[in-house]
Amino acid sequence: MLNISKEQNGGDLKVSLHGRLDTTTSPQLEEELKGELDATSHLVFDLSALEYISSAGLRVLLSAQKTMNKQGDMLVTGVTPEIMEIFEVTGFSDILTIQ
Amino acid sequence: MNRIEIDAVVDNLPKVIDYIDENLDHYDCSMKARTQIDIAVEELFVNIANYAYPEGSGKATITFDYDEEEGAVIISFIDSGIPYDPLSREDPDVSLPAEERQIGGLGIFMVKKSMDDVRYEYVNNMNKTSIIKKIG
Repeated sequence: MLNISKEQNGGDLKVSLHGRLDTTTSPQLEEELKGELDATSHLVFDLSALEYISSAGLRVLLSAQKTMNKQGDMLVTGVTPEIMEIFEVTGFSDILTIQ
Repeated sequence: MNRIEIDAVVDNLPKVIDYIDENLDHYDCSMKARTQIDIAVEELFVNIANYAYPEGSGKATITFDYDEEEGAVIISFIDSGIPYDPLSREDPDVSLPAEERQIGGLGIFMVKKSMDDVRYEYVNNMNKTSIIKKIG
């Protein structure tokens, strides 16, 4: 189960994820971001309620990061120790801007 | 040891994770180890669902066992699809910047990093990949 909530304010988009970002739920996030990112220059992911992430979820974050590298910036906040460890093992802690 | 046999399709992932979690409930398994096991199970099952049966669909058998002496969980994935050793894959370079990162191979890399052991064998025309994780 994954709940996605979005707050948009001009070019700012904040996406909060609640639950599990896995192979079955990642397409949901991909779909939510599609189209939205075009008008976004500042993207924030709030992961404070994210319990789980697999490689399918990492793929969506990487893709968003690549898009935002071209048109603005992306920030990841609220990373729990469990998720942080996955980011570190996979080198995502170097790719993402984690606050 | 107990087992389930299931159609190797991505839609069955929640059933597979439920099966593993129900088994883990019988042991004193930390939240961290449970998450690592769930991730490893997802990566290996999804690999089978996506690649083992290119010409259609097939089955996957998943077994769960606990080694009392080692305090370790042993989970095996068996399929009769095309021979594929997930351990033969080269590890991705996790130091590359975003633009150069390839996502392929990241799943199995996570499995290798988080489990105590990962083994593969091909016997009787079947792939068998096992993960071993100490939880005790």
